[in-house]
Amino acid sequence: MRTLSYMQAIAEALILEMRRDPHIYIAGEDVGKFGGAFGVTGPVFKEFGPTRVLDTPISETAIIGHAVGAAAAGLRPVVEILFMDFLPIATDELCNQAAKIHYMFGGQVSCPLVVRTAIGAGMGAAAHHSQSLEAWVCHIPGLKTVAPATPADAKGLLISAIRDDNPVVFLEHKMLYATKGEVPEGDYTIPLGKAEIKQEGKDVTLICYSAMVRQCLAAGALLEKDGIGAEVLDLRTLVPLDKEAILSSVAKTGRAVIVHEACRTGGFGGEIAAVIAEEGFATLKAPVKRVCGPDTPVPFSPVLEAEFIVSAPKIAEAAKSLL
Amino acid sequence: MTRVVRQPPAQPLARTRARLEGTTLVELTGLSRDRLLGMYQRMALIRQFEEQAAALYRAGRIRGVTHTYQGQEAVAVGATWCLTEEDYITSTHRGHAHVLAKGADEKRCMAELMGRATGYCRGRGGSMHIADLSRGILGANGIVGGGMGIAVGSALASDLLKNGRVTVCFFGDGALNQGILHEVSNLAAIWRLPCVFLCENNFYGMSGPVDNMLALGPDGFKGRAQAFGLPAVECDGMDVIDVFLGVREGVERARAGEGPTYVFTHTYRFLGHHVGDPLTYRDKEEPELWRRLDPIPNFGRLLVEQGLASTQDLADWDQEASVRIAEAVRYAESSPEPSRDTLLEGLFG
Repeated sequence: MRTLSYMQAIAEALILEMRRDPHIYIAGEDVGKFGGAFGVTGPVFKEFGPTRVLDTPISETAIIGHAVGAAAAGLRPVVEILFMDFLPIATDELCNQAAKIHYMFGGQVSCPLVVRTAIGAGMGAAAHHSQSLEAWVCHIPGLKTVAPATPADAKGLLISAIRDDNPVVFLEHKMLYATKGEVPEGDYTIPLGKAEIKQEGKDVTLICYSAMVRQCLAAGALLEKDGIGAEVLDLRTLVPLDKEAILSSVAKTGRAVIVHEACRTGGFGGEIAAVIAEEGFATLKAPVKRVCGPDTPVPFSPVLEAEFIVSAPKIAEAAKSLL
Repeated sequence: MTRVVRQPPAQPLARTRARLEGTTLVELTGLSRDRLLGMYQRMALIRQFEEQAAALYRAGRIRGVTHTYQGQEAVAVGATWCLTEEDYITSTHRGHAHVLAKGADEKRCMAELMGRATGYCRGRGGSMHIADLSRGILGANGIVGGGMGIAVGSALASDLLKNGRVTVCFFGDGALNQGILHEVSNLAAIWRLPCVFLCENNFYGMSGPVDNMLALGPDGFKGRAQAFGLPAVECDGMDVIDVFLGVREGVERARAGEGPTYVFTHTYRFLGHHVGDPLTYRDKEEPELWRRLDPIPNFGRLLVEQGLASTQDLADWDQEASVRIAEAVRYAESSPEPSRDTLLEGLFG
């Protein structure tokens, strides 16, 4: 199979879907001729030009706000919020409008809207360009949240997100854009709400998503040296959450380490831990552990930023503490 | 607190009367007699709806919060009379009138206010969230300014789909100070979208007059539009014909692909912000001054003068409106509540 980068896989998904459905358009800051701040939409603009790939002003409220109306009126917007740190600017439009109109209007309106946004630390961009705010989004009923870890998943999940009739927040980790992997050609979808075991193991389940999947796989390699079999469960989608995959893996291993880059307090890991506590408690052989970012802004200093980001040794250490 | 009496325009329908010298209402507006009479009938229906909604709220038969529109009817009706059924509107927390003016069914509106399963939103929306997609009504909105992004989006959809539809975005004076207005006005201007931003200045917020909260330059309200290079029209919001002519300029510009227009209407909320507002911030005599400009009887008189209707006709239509609204109340009250087991239904589509 051919190999693509995460970024190329996303662009391929956009192009294939836009060829298939003329109602899909892209809007965001610098997404047009410039090709997007990370270069994702460059090839898309090349094929579809400025009538389907719309440059917007620096107006996050208007980017999501207009997309809600466009979706209600028959289009399928895929909008880009450059960094997830900018998403709170459009909180009303995302959380009060997009998320609610289907339910609140009694099912009269659907809102097929994808918000692509870059998350995560690692590039020295500091406190306003590095956050992982997925827990905020997951708290709002009516939004779906997707966080792919590999190029193939990015393609398959983005196509599903675009075809979904609901608002989907699609989280692209900026440190994954250049990573490569095999990606199926053509029309390839992965259903939202399906986790995947990225590595099988019998002793402990490492539950993760987005860039932390790579860290968990690296932690798994470290644990293997000590004879510990780590199962790496990539959630891929946070809402809807594949509870069954979590519970069945934890039932198999009896131990769970939940890993995310986002800050610990109020992070999505707490929700996963609660699911295990409520529905899988009897299968546990040890307490549930969380390995998360600290409760601080993301610092600029490379030394401090590296300390902020959850690393494979920290995950391995947490796993070992359960055995 | 200093309470300033806001002096209404000296004469009811002054601008329309000035335009009528040497012509007729039919010629001035290009509207048929039936459409002109329809303006009166719809305003009367809205007035009845709001009076009943307020009474039901006071009687405890509607719960939650109800913001009524008495006094402002000329704006909703004047504006929507420029639109086709396919055109879009977005509305506000004070939105019953907008949706009724655009053609929503008063029975299903009343049922929604009462939270019934037969309401437009199956009782999930209530007073502030009525929508009727079949008539281009993209929803009232509980967030001040919340409809503005949606309006610009539906206008973009019309533009990309080339379906010729125009969006009228209703908003109040309060939304003039929301950030979204700045963002979407700019976006709509650079994309030349087919929309009309329709400001209803009713002079008051929840606890005081708009002047305390609104910074305006020498050009007044129009200056807000000029900042985006957008044309602006200012209308007497107590005069349904003046509103119609003003909004029509914007709608025609939108249909011709010339981009958005701002229309500022100055109107008056006869009652408080919500039913139950003690109105401590407004001079008690002031509403009486404005009631002389009541858009419904004054327009009725004009129709009679123009030979388009008789005083008996007006009385009949008023009666018809109260019968229809009484029927809507009966419909709503006899409609079932949503079943408990539907709570989780329809989160996703």
